[in-house]
Amino acid sequence: MLSQSDLSAILLTVQLATTVTVVLLILGTPIAWWLAHTHSLWRRPVAAVIAMPLVLPPTVLGFYLLIFMAPQGWLGQVTHSLGMGSLVFTFWGLVVGSVIYSLPFVVQPLYNALLALGERPLEVAATLGASPWDRFVSVVIPMARSGFITAAALGFAHTVGEFGVVLMIGGNIPDETRVVSVLLYDHVEALDYARAHWLAGGLVVFSFLLLLMLYGLQKSPSSMRAH
Amino acid sequence: MFNRLYVLLLSLMACLCTSAHADTIHIAVASNFNKTLQVLVQQFEQSHDHRVVISSGSSGKLFAQIQHGAPFDIFLSADREKPEALERAGLSEPGMRFTYALGTLALWAPHMGPTEDGPTLLQSGRIQRLALANPRLAPYGSATSDVLEHFMLTDDTRKRWVLGENIAQTYQFIASGAADAGFVALTQLIDGQVNTQGTVWRVPSSLHRPIIQQALLLRRGSAKRGARDFWQFLQSDQARYIIRDHGYTVDP
Repeated sequence: MLSQSDLSAILLTVQLATTVTVVLLILGTPIAWWLAHTHSLWRRPVAAVIAMPLVLPPTVLGFYLLIFMAPQGWLGQVTHSLGMGSLVFTFWGLVVGSVIYSLPFVVQPLYNALLALGERPLEVAATLGASPWDRFVSVVIPMARSGFITAAALGFAHTVGEFGVVLMIGGNIPDETRVVSVLLYDHVEALDYARAHWLAGGLVVFSFLLLLMLYGLQKSPSSMRAH
Repeated sequence: MFNRLYVLLLSLMACLCTSAHADTIHIAVASNFNKTLQVLVQQFEQSHDHRVVISSGSSGKLFAQIQHGAPFDIFLSADREKPEALERAGLSEPGMRFTYALGTLALWAPHMGPTEDGPTLLQSGRIQRLALANPRLAPYGSATSDVLEHFMLTDDTRKRWVLGENIAQTYQFIASGAADAGFVALTQLIDGQVNTQGTVWRVPSSLHRPIIQQALLLRRGSAKRGARDFWQFLQSDQARYIIRDHGYTVDP
């Protein structure tokens, strides 16, 4: 069965994934909006940079983060001068790593949803006198709802599934950086296959249910193909 | 086009022919011994026709891979238990196991003064992040916990631990500056590409259970002449000299 350390790893993973998802929605929405509407020359380079975690091995990201976030690294010096100390081997270090790593999984569905929305509904709302904030809350969010849900679910799931980055910058600290994927790896390395099975099986069920829920949200086969 | 293909095929066949009496030897090695093994292999390949392919990782991972049929001829573990277990499981012929090295533990703090005394530094509380190999997984990790236990520092330091999944990652945590001190294998400081500066305290072996690193000639290897040759080479005086030179103790 699950032990105390398994349970605290699960709790920590949920905390991490929730924090990362909230940060990603706040960051990802304006980025996706800008990508969907801009004609700037920067559109393609920015889109490429955001998509990079899709193709880069997580070890590349983990390696750079380890070096940048160390006390001597530039990011480490910035966080030190802000009084936050070094981020490496901390929960917030994992948040930074996960946000970068999961960014494309949130921006992509938001971008698709906002693109499908088009300019027209907003223009209509504007002529009816809606303020920009009003237009966003009562037009964009309801109309792009499934895009937001997909983005949140993928951001959450991808953070839960993250391993390489966490292994490299986490340091395997209980209640701080020892998330489920790392603990599972520990169990396997220690040849404790019984405990490994509980965590691995749990992740399989979780991923299936999450994806089932996502596909349940899609209205018709045609809208599924659009994604 | 066809000409080129023909030449390619011919040269491929030539390769295959020369390798008829030269074997490719697959060695699985615990990460702490990887560098030393590379030096050993270099020596070995000078006097033999065989080719050696090295896979390094934590002993636990390699153990699991061998259990599940990974194609290795020789296993150089960081402990004694895993080769023993594989031998018991019948993956080697009986008696094809010996201690090739005794590991030496070292405390390393690259940014502290070179004259610093290890135990004093440990007890001073100046170490913010202490890197060690995971005691649950790595022999160097359990030796480290013996040392901390000896100074009665386990509970005081626990919240400042960062655990590497093997000794190579532990070294990397310190070398990158992410952790300010930690326990590594002495051999890594000898082979390290980063200039080894700061405090290096060679931990007396009396402070921890011995790190007995054993080798196992697997059944696949017993059947292969090259692997048997390397097995013999590993026990030669020349090899033992190299191993000692890289920061290990060798059984007399």
